[in-house]
This record gives sequence, structure tokens and C-alpha cells, in this order.
Amino acid sequence: MTSVAEKTDQGAAPAPAGAAGVARRAAGWARRAPLLPALVFMIIVTQLPFVATLVISFMDWNAYYPDERGFAGFDNFRRVFTDVNMRDAVWTTILLTAGVVLISIILGLGIALLLDRKFRGRGAVRTMMIAPFLVVPVAAALLWKHALYNPEYGLFNGALTWVWKLFGSDNPPQPDWISNMPLWSVIFALVWQWTPFMMLILLAGLQGRPLDVVEAARIDGASGWTLPHLRQYLELGALLGSIYIVQNFDAVFTITSGGLGTANLPYTIYQIFYQAHDYGRASAAAVVVVIGTIIIATFALRTVSSLFKEDSGR
Amino acid sequence: MTTTTAPAPVAVQKRKDRSGPWLSLLAWVVGILFVLPVVWMVLTSLHSEADAATNPPAVFAPLNLEGYREFFSGGATPWPPLLNSLTASVVSTALVLLLSFPAAYALSIKPVRKWTDVLFFFLSTKMLPVVAGLLPLYLFAQQAGLLDNIWLLIVFYTSMNLPIAVWMMRSFLSEVPVEMLEAASMDGAGLVKTLRSVIAPVVMPGIAATALICFIFSWNELLFARVLTATVAETAPVFLTSFVTSQGLFLAQLCAAAFVVSLPVLVAGFAAQDKLVQGLSLGSVK
Repeated sequence: MTSVAEKTDQGAAPAPAGAAGVARRAAGWARRAPLLPALVFMIIVTQLPFVATLVISFMDWNAYYPDERGFAGFDNFRRVFTDVNMRDAVWTTILLTAGVVLISIILGLGIALLLDRKFRGRGAVRTMMIAPFLVVPVAAALLWKHALYNPEYGLFNGALTWVWKLFGSDNPPQPDWISNMPLWSVIFALVWQWTPFMMLILLAGLQGRPLDVVEAARIDGASGWTLPHLRQYLELGALLGSIYIVQNFDAVFTITSGGLGTANLPYTIYQIFYQAHDYGRASAAAVVVVIGTIIIATFALRTVSSLFKEDSGR
Repeated sequence: MTTTTAPAPVAVQKRKDRSGPWLSLLAWVVGILFVLPVVWMVLTSLHSEADAATNPPAVFAPLNLEGYREFFSGGATPWPPLLNSLTASVVSTALVLLLSFPAAYALSIKPVRKWTDVLFFFLSTKMLPVVAGLLPLYLFAQQAGLLDNIWLLIVFYTSMNLPIAVWMMRSFLSEVPVEMLEAASMDGAGLVKTLRSVIAPVVMPGIAATALICFIFSWNELLFARVLTATVAETAPVFLTSFVTSQGLFLAQLCAAAFVVSLPVLVAGFAAQDKLVQGLSLGSVK
């Protein structure tokens, strides 16, 4: 990769007429040179595949029918837009992302406020809080699916049995969590992993606030003083959480295998491609998702750049 | 936002109110609830399969290493996947550092024109759904005979983490005091010397944190590893997916597997604890 970048660098340097121009251009390229390897690498690895996706999205290409490969026009897109599964997947993705982001921000805020006080063992509690985020996502999803949600020997139903026994009842409720509320099962497992992340960001926000504001607010007896200052941190948490969770594959794949109405967009596209081997339709779906993402991301990026302006750099 | 964060965590000690003890208790309860599944995972991994699958839970059942023994030596051995994960994570992290450090330098210390646009280009690649790039990469790998090859994953993981690393590194590099740079150039220090003697010492902790976070993300990745690898280059998360469908009494073994695979991330994460937020927020929270 590096050698490609260097070649681009040298090859692109032109020879202008004036000596001052040469010097200026040389200086400009000297500045750009360290950036180029990374930039060229990113363009090749992340942008080229999208061009390929775009091309394939207009093709009739199913690995099961290799002889029928050809130009398909807008057929794949028509199939994507009329596909009930795709529409469900869009809705599931929205519910899943919004659910996880909102719940983990609310919990994270509450816990950040609790941890923003000095008390015995604050460091220990903080460490305990971070642990869920540091379990490998597949491992966490497996843990929730088998060790917690399982209706026969999972911890949740085990705890219910235990509590009911405590009160002398032999007939505790033993719900089948995943079948009864599949989407919520995925959401809760993800909330468990993402609350620590939100908590860390919001705690940084709380602890970074200028002390004099706090003192003044306390003298006035105000109670809602944290929110205005925290707004940026809340936005940042929501934005980053959405970026990561909208792409979630691990939890959906592991906990429900996309069944029971939990297939989100990444999982659905994975299925069209990996199980149905319908490359054309998978690509069309991907193109639609990318366009949707670009629209949403434009708004999101505006939020980041407004955060960014305050940290104006040099 | 980040420039005004001068008062360190120490600053927030003054407040004390009467509800204090109760709030502290609540904090402890919440902390324990959140860590409980992890503790449960470790405890179950140390139980026998029979004790692991009881209802109500057999919390005080005798401990043994049966689950770990079964995981490491029963059926498919997890060593090749663990080694593959290690290779993919370490090599891609090294590549990321190699590419991101100079790039961040050109975006902070000696910024190119339109450096913010470049920075946002890197960020925008994080927002595009990875699943959309999956198919062409798969087809390319198929054509090039690179399926089930760990190097393909390494290249992909490098591109996955490079934007994060560029943003993080930039935020660390912009902490280098301008006076130190000026002093170095007055002394006639060249680029390499400036990098080594002025910049590196200041940003070393940042580089370490960046490395740990990139390592974690590569280690955790499932979707691409699942599609692009099979038996040879299979990674640890792919290996774990063999536990998705339940197979009789297997809970202790599953918990042992989940814990073993998570251990490097837990270690790296706690090592990078203080920089974790800064890394995950792409350097915008300090």
C-alpha cells in the first residue's frame, strides 16, 4: 500500500515555470506526503468496493444461476423496494438503534450522576461498570442468550425461582424471554454493553464542567444545571452510539439469528448475499442503505462539526 | 469543547448532601448489577456442566476447570482461531499506527490545506455501512484466491480502524505545545529528530491507547471474519459462533469459551481505561 502512495506522490508533482512556484509546490507536497499513504489506502479499501457494489446492483447476478449473469437495469432496486422483508428490516433497524441509544443514554446519565460524587469505592464501581463493554460482542450475546435468557437454566428464570421459593411458592413464572420479546431481548443485551460507553462520555462531560458554574448554581439552589452543559456530550453519545449500533450484526446473529422480526439491515443484506447468493439484489439493498446513510450522516456530521468548531485546532 | 476541560476529575469533590449514603449505596447496587453477568459467566465457567444447568442456580457448587478443559481439548481446538485473531489484531494495529501517525501529523502539527475536509472524509468512512462493502470484497477475494486468508482480514481491519486512529492521534498530537516545536526548529532539528525527541514523548500514552483500542475492535469483529474466512483463517469470534445453537449440557464450556476469548479485551480495556472514552469518542472527549 505504501509504495502505491509514494508513487502517486512523486508522479503527481509537476514542474511549473517559476522557481517560487516550484518551492511552494514542493512545500505543499512535503506537507501532504505524510497524509497520502493513509488517504490512498482508505480510498482503495473503502471507496472502490462501493463503486463495485453500485455496478453489481444493476446486474442480474446470482451465484446459484451463474449462466444468467447480465444487465438488470433497475430490477434489483424494484425488488428491494417491494420486498416486505427489507421494509421490516428498515423499521427493525430504527427501533433497535433508537431503543438501545435512548435507554443506554438515560441509564448512562443516571449512573454518571451517581459516579460524579465522591464516595467509598467509586473507582471500584467505575471499574465494575466498564466491564460489560469489554466483553467480546459475540461472547456477550452468547452469554445473554444461553446463560441469562434460557427458560430452563438461565439466570433470570433461576432468580425468579429463587425469589418465589423465598416466599414459599413452588410455582414461579418461567417466561421464555427470547420468544416472548425477541427484539427487546436483543435491545437489553445491547443496552447492557452500551450503557458503560454512554456513562463514560457523560461522566467526562460532568467532570469537565467548570467548577464556578457549579458553585453559582448551588448557591442559587438550582437543580437543573447539569443539562445545558451536558447537551453536547449527550449529542455526541447519541451520534457515536448510533454509528456503532445501526451496524450491529453480532447480537442479532447470535441471540435470534434474525428470526422473530429482529432482522435488521446488516443482517438482512448478509442473508441475501450469504444465504440466497443473490449478489445483484444484495448490492441494490446495500446501495439503498448507503444512500439512506449518507442522508442521515450529513445531518450527523453537521452535529460533529458544530462540536468540532469549538475545538478549532490550529 | 475539549479545550475547556481544564479542571480534572479531582475538582468535583466538594459537594456532599444528606442523601449521600443512599446514593452511594445505589451506585454500588447498580455497579454490581452491571458486572453480575460477567461474574456469572466466570462462575459458571468454573462449575461442572450439571451444576451450571440448574434452576434455581447452584451458586455455591464446587469449582473445577472441567469447562476450560473441555473448551481447549474437546472437539475442535480453539488455538488456531485464537492465534489467527491475535495475528489479525496485532498486525492490523501495527499497520494502523504506521499509517495514522504521519497522517495525523499532516492534519495537526503541519496541517495541509483543507485538513478538516480530510478529517471528515476519514470519519465519513466510519458511517457507511460495512455490510455494503462486504460483497465486492468477497468477490474480489474469491477471484484473487484470498478467501480464508488472514491477510485479507488484516487489510480490512486496518481500514476499519484507520479513521478512528487518525482522529485519536490528531487529538493527541494537537496537545503538543507549539513552543516545543518552535524551539526544536530553532535548534535546526530535522523532521525525524523532531518526531523522535519532541513529539513522541508527549504522545506516547496516546499512541498506546490508540493501539489498545484498535486491537479491541479488530479482536471483536465478527461479520467480515465470518464471511471471508473458513477453516484456516477462522478467528476467535467466528469460533464462538459454533455455540449459537445449544448442544445439550454445554453452558460451563460456553462460559469458559466466552471468558477466554474476552480476556485479551478485558485486559487491554482496563489497561486503556483512562483513555477509553477519548478513543471511542474519536478524540473529541478528553
